[in-house]
Amino acid sequence: MSPGSSHARHLAEAGRLANEIRLSVEQISYAYSANPAQAPLFTLEATSFQARPGEIVAILGPNASGKSTLLKLIAGALAPLSGRILLNGFVTHSLTPRTRAQRIAVVQQESRLLFPARAWEFVLQGRHAHGRSLRFESEDDIIIAKNALAQVGAADLSDRWMDQISGGEKQRVILARALAQQPLLLLLDEPTLHLDIAAQIGLLDALRRLAAANRYTVVVVTHELNLAAEYADQVVLMQRGRCLRVGPPINIYQRELLEQVFQTPLTVELGSSGRPRVTVLAGTEA
Amino acid sequence: MRPLTLRRLLLQCFALLVILFVVVVIAIKFGAVPVSLYALGRDLWNVLLHQRTNISSDYVLIIQNIRLPRILLGIMVGASLSVAGTSFQALLRNPLADPYVLGVSSGAGLGAILALIVEPHVTLSPVFAALLTPLGAFLGAAATVTVVYLLGRREGQIDSTTLLLGGVITASFISAIIMFLMSTLTGNLRGLSFWLMGDLSTPLQRSVYWFLGIGFLVASGAIYTTASDLNLLLAGEKEAMHLGVDVPRVRLVVYIAASLLTGLAVSVSGAIGYVGLIVPHVMRLIFGSDHRTLLPTAAIGGAIAVVFADTLARTVVAPNELAVGAVTAVVGAPLFIYLLRRRLA
Repeated sequence: MSPGSSHARHLAEAGRLANEIRLSVEQISYAYSANPAQAPLFTLEATSFQARPGEIVAILGPNASGKSTLLKLIAGALAPLSGRILLNGFVTHSLTPRTRAQRIAVVQQESRLLFPARAWEFVLQGRHAHGRSLRFESEDDIIIAKNALAQVGAADLSDRWMDQISGGEKQRVILARALAQQPLLLLLDEPTLHLDIAAQIGLLDALRRLAAANRYTVVVVTHELNLAAEYADQVVLMQRGRCLRVGPPINIYQRELLEQVFQTPLTVELGSSGRPRVTVLAGTEA
Repeated sequence: MRPLTLRRLLLQCFALLVILFVVVVIAIKFGAVPVSLYALGRDLWNVLLHQRTNISSDYVLIIQNIRLPRILLGIMVGASLSVAGTSFQALLRNPLADPYVLGVSSGAGLGAILALIVEPHVTLSPVFAALLTPLGAFLGAAATVTVVYLLGRREGQIDSTTLLLGGVITASFISAIIMFLMSTLTGNLRGLSFWLMGDLSTPLQRSVYWFLGIGFLVASGAIYTTASDLNLLLAGEKEAMHLGVDVPRVRLVVYIAASLLTGLAVSVSGAIGYVGLIVPHVMRLIFGSDHRTLLPTAAIGGAIAVVFADTLARTVVAPNELAVGAVTAVVGAPLFIYLLRRRLA
């Protein structure tokens, strides 16, 4: 077989994979109670959605709607009460932590460090699941970490201390660590919290570019309705532990529906980008 | 970017071993009976040439039978306490954790005393009888860690201040029990200051040294297999799990091995304090907080610290002796306050 034909076959394979479902959330539910004898304090009712490589899914909803619980279930940190979550056909919560970390990267709200670390040390942590427990980082690991920093535009931060950079810079380094994991699935829990508007746009632009370039499937929990409308391919709308709607932003962003979910008067109009835009009508009583 | 390499790690350890060697020579030279460096070198030469008959018998008595065993004990105890301190700091996510401050050393002491009380009443083969005290100390240490851990939890999270307070209270409670036992019981239980302050002067059987050495290698080796997991654990358990760390397994390994190290050290030297606190901090300042470097450098650093402190304890008020724990506490307690204040600021 010539190298050319193998290359063509590889491309065809890649094309086929790109259209396949990567993440499949199938009827998952969850119940949380302080002790087993009591009635559950919080329940997540059966939720389903699917995502392809390169797609960005936004989970939206008011506080206590079950957004973070859903994200934890997808991350495999919690086992669902019923249903299952498949990532490329594997049930996520039954993978070992190591295998899971090779496939799923989680970016949480700002993490606190006990001892100071430099940005490059922090990014190299993303390589942990790819190495043996006692080995030293290989040349490959270092190249991957450098690339990850460059991809989020943070190459110049490499030698800075993590506790001496701004919130926006730190969030980019945390994202770089997730990229260094070379995941199939990238999960983000309110990544734009504490960021100014320029940093928010910068982060999401980077996310969209990376999702397209590296074929990540991205699931992001956020409070930012307009950013979600602008950047997400799909929106999962949650309220009090129920998944109300799943679909592209244009189908979800309806005035009555959002007013009912977020309990505040608002208007929805179509922005210049062809995506819906929400304006919250402050000062008027509902 | 300057990732850790094996070469750099070995160089760092070698540099520390050179310092340890110098400290050991100093420790051999100074004492109630001074020994000249020239005589020391000449005797070492004679030993190497198998001409033991040329060595004066006084020196053999002092160096080979008194000072060297004590130095060896100091090396093993210092390394054990320092590795245990480093491990507890990572396990409890608290940079001020130390076997002594957390009351784990007191717990190990109580366990050892209880084992010594039980020993005459059970019939065991001599090998198992020798293991009974370290076993008691290990169980005492493990039980105390569990209690302090539970005391330090608030709403499911470990609260740094509550943890330290819980440790201090537990330590004083256990010390009270130890004092009670010591005043009501007589027999071969060693002195009160041994259990409360630590002391390296008690001569030990040869087999105990082997037991200590092997125990240290096994326990600290087990902890070292989790070195890069511990780096991630410092960022939080959830984050560590998302980065691929099997958190419950790592916690169990480190918990058992660190309790074992504390138990071993306390069963032969009593509660020497602050070594597990100061040494890891100094090593972090010099070599950084990567546990792949920190664990071995802290082990050698701990050996240096205890041998040096013991040399001071032997010589400062010669011909009398201080408890080595008094020396480490005089240096360690102010440093602890400094670190605590800097942390709260």
